[in-house]
Amino acid sequence: MDKVSVSVQAADFDLAEEYGRLAGDAAVGAIVQFVGRVRDHCDGNAIDKLTLEHYPGMTEKVLTEIGERALARWDLHSVRIVHRIGPLDLADQIVLVQVASAHREAAFEAAQAIMDFLKTEAPFWKQEATAGGGTRWVDARDKDDRAAQRWQKDPT
Amino acid sequence: MQILYFGRLREVFGRSEEFLPAPPAASVAGLLTVLRERGGVWADELAEGRAYRVAVDQEVVAEGAPIKADSEVAIFPPVTGG
Repeated sequence: MDKVSVSVQAADFDLAEEYGRLAGDAAVGAIVQFVGRVRDHCDGNAIDKLTLEHYPGMTEKVLTEIGERALARWDLHSVRIVHRIGPLDLADQIVLVQVASAHREAAFEAAQAIMDFLKTEAPFWKQEATAGGGTRWVDARDKDDRAAQRWQKDPT
Repeated sequence: MQILYFGRLREVFGRSEEFLPAPPAASVAGLLTVLRERGGVWADELAEGRAYRVAVDQEVVAEGAPIKADSEVAIFPPVTGG
């Protein structure tokens, strides 16, 4: 398996299959898998569906660069990022970040940093459909910018 | 040059891409001036202080960045993936 692996796809992903790619590798002592899913509410509005648009080409490039940045900073075995595009229903899986390393500290921290970078840098845009039939583009959040900024400090 | 639009801006501008001739010594600032001169939603959405990003050849850049005749330029709202 490559150290950084990225997939942008309409299809769903299988957590057990993703975990299975690392089975039998005894150098890996810790695996963190984060899954982001479609929530039923946003800013007080009830959500019915979500559609994800992206910038083909740049998306894969940015996700790979984010994975490489994590590898350069933490002692990791591998990073895998899967992000879905197109129409999604409530509770559907949107994104997977899988980080494998020898020890848990690096895996936990890197997984969180990768999600924070992804939220603020990867060119995806969410459009929500509300139960009433309207649609609305999701606004970027200041809290995501702040979350990404905390990783700019030197690692301790 | 090719210009791509994404997300809410693609919808508001009513197009996902267009081609414009790039003048010599073109920059992002120069392109934004040309687009704002169209008035209407172009002037509104691309006004200074509005939140949008410009990428040249798939790299987010500042307004001073150069644009070549064969550059791929993209203008889009702040990203909301994850």
